[in-house]
Amino acid sequence: MPAVGNSVARKDGIGKATGAALYADDLSFPGMIHGRTIRSTVPKGIIKSIKFDFDTTGFTIVDFRDVPAKNAVDLMSQDQPFLAEKEVKHMAEPIVLLAHPDKEKLLAAKVVIEYEEQEPLFDPERSTESFKTINIVKGDVESGLAGADIIVEGTYRTGHQEHVYIEPNGVIAVPEEGGIAIHGSVQCPFYVIKALRCLLGSAHPNVRVIQTETGGGFGGKEEYPSMIAGHAVMLAIKSGRPVKIIYDRTEDMIATTKRHPSIVKHRTGVMRDGRIVGMDIDVIMDGGAYVTLSPTVLSRGCIHAAGPYRCDNTRIRGRAVFTNTPPNGAFRGFGAPQTLFAVEAHVDRVAEAIGMDPVEFRRMNALRPGDVTATGQTLKEDSSAIMVLDEAVRRTDFMRKRKEFKGTNRAIGLSLFFHGAGFTGAGELNLKSRARIDLTPTGVRIAVGSTEIGQGTRTMHAQIVTDALGIPYETVEVMQPDTSRVADSGPTVASRTCMVVGKILEECAYEMKEKLAGLSPADYYRKNGEMSVERMYTPPDWIKWDDAAYRGDAYATFGWGCDVAELTIDPDTYEVRIDKLTAVQEFGRPIHPALARGQIEGGTAQGLGYALLENVVMKNGAMANAQLTNYVIPTTLDIGEIDVVMLENPYPGGPFGAKGLGELPMDGPAPAVVNALRHFGLDVREIPATPERISTSAAA
Amino acid sequence: MRIGLTELNLRSAATLDEALEILRDEPRRPVAGATDVYVALNFGTTTDRKFLDIWALDELRGISASGDSIVIGALTTYTDLLRSREIQQRLPMLAAASQLVGGAQIQNRGTIGGNVANASPAGDSLPVLFVAEAVIVARSVEGERRIPIREFYTGYRKSVLRQDELIVSVEIPPVTGRQAFRKVGTRAAQAISKVAFAGVRGPEGPRLSYGSVGPTVVRVPMTEQALASGAGIDEAAKVLATEIKPIDDVRSTGEYRMRVAANLLRWFWKETAQPQH
Amino acid sequence: MNFKLNGATVNVAANPAARLLDVIREECHLTGTKEGCGEGECGACTVLVDGAPVCSCIIPVGQVAGAEVTTIEGLGGDHPLQKLFMNEVGAQCGICTPGMIMAAMTLSDKPTLDEIKVTLAGNLCRCTGYGAIYRAVLKWRGMPVPDEAGSAATA
Repeated sequence: MPAVGNSVARKDGIGKATGAALYADDLSFPGMIHGRTIRSTVPKGIIKSIKFDFDTTGFTIVDFRDVPAKNAVDLMSQDQPFLAEKEVKHMAEPIVLLAHPDKEKLLAAKVVIEYEEQEPLFDPERSTESFKTINIVKGDVESGLAGADIIVEGTYRTGHQEHVYIEPNGVIAVPEEGGIAIHGSVQCPFYVIKALRCLLGSAHPNVRVIQTETGGGFGGKEEYPSMIAGHAVMLAIKSGRPVKIIYDRTEDMIATTKRHPSIVKHRTGVMRDGRIVGMDIDVIMDGGAYVTLSPTVLSRGCIHAAGPYRCDNTRIRGRAVFTNTPPNGAFRGFGAPQTLFAVEAHVDRVAEAIGMDPVEFRRMNALRPGDVTATGQTLKEDSSAIMVLDEAVRRTDFMRKRKEFKGTNRAIGLSLFFHGAGFTGAGELNLKSRARIDLTPTGVRIAVGSTEIGQGTRTMHAQIVTDALGIPYETVEVMQPDTSRVADSGPTVASRTCMVVGKILEECAYEMKEKLAGLSPADYYRKNGEMSVERMYTPPDWIKWDDAAYRGDAYATFGWGCDVAELTIDPDTYEVRIDKLTAVQEFGRPIHPALARGQIEGGTAQGLGYALLENVVMKNGAMANAQLTNYVIPTTLDIGEIDVVMLENPYPGGPFGAKGLGELPMDGPAPAVVNALRHFGLDVREIPATPERISTSAAA
Repeated sequence: MRIGLTELNLRSAATLDEALEILRDEPRRPVAGATDVYVALNFGTTTDRKFLDIWALDELRGISASGDSIVIGALTTYTDLLRSREIQQRLPMLAAASQLVGGAQIQNRGTIGGNVANASPAGDSLPVLFVAEAVIVARSVEGERRIPIREFYTGYRKSVLRQDELIVSVEIPPVTGRQAFRKVGTRAAQAISKVAFAGVRGPEGPRLSYGSVGPTVVRVPMTEQALASGAGIDEAAKVLATEIKPIDDVRSTGEYRMRVAANLLRWFWKETAQPQH
Repeated sequence: MNFKLNGATVNVAANPAARLLDVIREECHLTGTKEGCGEGECGACTVLVDGAPVCSCIIPVGQVAGAEVTTIEGLGGDHPLQKLFMNEVGAQCGICTPGMIMAAMTLSDKPTLDEIKVTLAGNLCRCTGYGAIYRAVLKWRGMPVPDEAGSAATA
């Protein structure tokens, strides 16, 4: 029986279920002390004075003057300091670090910072500073709109979303022979290395990052751990001792990144027969106070902004702007959930405007193989919009329910979406990801920096290597990511860990198989000793991308999905109960069906939270509801049945036909829910569609 | 931010008398199931540092009858309440409210006395106690005070309870008429209420109470009076709008709370229109 | 003070006001019980006290004097539900899993899906959407699992 395609035993072992798995806060090192971050309490201002209102004996205190080389978190830009120097640009910006062996004393230490406050900017529409602008042009949008029978306009808004990985952020910096080791809850160990090299310079060349068991990420542990690691390292250097920094929930919510809020404006020209002839789209994303990953979030958002539809005349303009709020960052879907919400909510309005059924309208306009996307990419045979749409409509008996629910408190709506897998455009080419397989006395060991954060990296990689090598699954080990020992397989983001890293591993395995020349790994090892195969990723040669013009093949392939939301609206309280969410998704081929199903169910649940519940309340530039009591995510009782359908349409460039999957399920629930609310008669154009917003819409 | 342990002093009492003596000698905040107190400590939102652990006082546990009334010991948990046949039969609205308090972990620790003492306008059991016209029994070394719940609260998180007093029980006189409870929370489970409603429709007219629409849980006597004297539901809803002034906070808006409060009134009036079988 | 931890009597020196969670993790060195929120909201710190699930992050250790406390380590290493949580992918990242399993210990012998949902409503999971958790629990109790399919079709 092949490993791929079967739900084989997971490589995680039993530890997660017995409590034996070790997360960052479970680790302790001899002489370890605890670190704490003192943060700004104004959204914009100049630091006037810092006073230590406690007995500082025994404390390690670090500020920007302790930075060994460069005070900048090296990511896309180097604009964000590890520790503010003179000015602060957002609430909860790190200014001073304290460490002490006694947690109690650390908590009690009082630091008083005086500021000269300045007028903050919170409204992204009023911001004049853009981190990135994007202009995608296909055909001539003005002439397209001019020839339309009807033009439908609309503005759609999405709020911040907090990741709420159940394990808050945490790292430990441990001085070791000749260098420093960082153990932490991180998605991208090599991002941390890059940031630390910039921070530390040549004085401390030997740093390594070891990923501890990680209690969820969802993008939230992509970039911010670099900041925390830098803090822990500076405290460790100054104190000469291991330093642990674990955020509590409130600090994690107030200080770390969130999904970018967005404002998306649509102007769509349509003919009475249903053809879309012009799409003019304007996207604003609120980046917060520093660049972080905003340019690429905007990029992915814009590329997905026209939805999975054909249109010869399309213009997508986007900007990611500065505001005096904590920087926003990566979150599962990475800009696409925002713009796909907008276009899918808009498409139902367009269909309504011409009196057409939303399913028929989508079927008429959906992208098919051979069609050309907004960036000019010609889609290949692995494009499945019609397949997922038809299956979702059939499986849910959509057309009948659409009629039957009219006039009741029940409603049904759907969304059609796609998600590009892997880095955008030339991203994978530039990334030059590497993967390695080592021979062991009993089999092989996978050595990649890709992290297991719950999604099944270890297992899925081992399955691919097992079948490519043709050896027993049990003989394949997966190394814990330690940047001093594993190959840099690129960040664990962008739905690339299976499709891209899995592909390199598959190629490594084939090469190794050839070198084994018919021997088993154990026999070869006994005879010839160690052997490793390391390879670099080569994207498909047909991918052409012009980053200046924003034209070309944005992604090697896309996953496709159609979600159908069936819900009941409480007429007294405007609460929405999800009765059933049917998620029909095509992502090439599932490597491990049970893990894949878990990705879809879990992403769908996050999408339902995004649609209905998860409301970050910002006051004076800070999250005002930074507790799990007041920022609520779905419980068992908030999610109805999730019916998952996994369709296959293999991508030839992926391992065993697999595409990326992690983010796709996040894109569909919010527009499906809002379209169901429209079916009920409510015009909601902003998420989360809280009962408060729905009641206002109902009263209007 | 979390309050350091070294600052905290938790003293434990083995008997009620001992507890009352301790409270006589120095102010200490009583801790029952700790579900409110320890959240406040973890978030650093309380200035209290001295506490009296009363969890071991088994004499304050249990549900019993006293004449026509039900006497609920202060340490009776939500789990106890929702499992009690007495409560299910005579005060289904209290069972319903208990079921909606947090998850099992909180229901196992949260107590009715703690809910009353915490004096939150979002206290889940409180609207029920208001329409049931419960009497809060507080004891000190000097003796016992019986305080009707309508006289118990004086403002946001303030009550008439003295520092030397401990709530020992909640007495609930017989309730006649149809009972209803609705909690509108931030989600379906583990939620703090945005609006809570309890109503009893009895022979002497309706009793109506709301939570989370003001600084304390309230009865709405003018609205009750309007309905009792035969006003239509639309008119009663108008009276209600003059009687409560809900505000915006991180959980909801005043506008929403007002609209839902009126809707729940209509819902209640319709649901209870038929006499109980 | 003394209490029973996973069957053995332990004597701890902690301030009675210390959180039970911290005593279990730091003084008793059992780190299977996790802290997710510090407000009794997420259930990651769920342990059983005299058989009832409670959030150990909001309980002073003084209140378990003489009581029987069971943590995930108390189930040993090969409890059938532990295996099912892995096989059914009820555990993804795993951080909520110990608390989730402890809460599930209080289910009746033949729980319905609704009963499972109510029993686990105090335990947040951000990874799974709960579906796989229900499947693990239902299989453990020998109950039928609805919609085993998740049907795969091919283009």
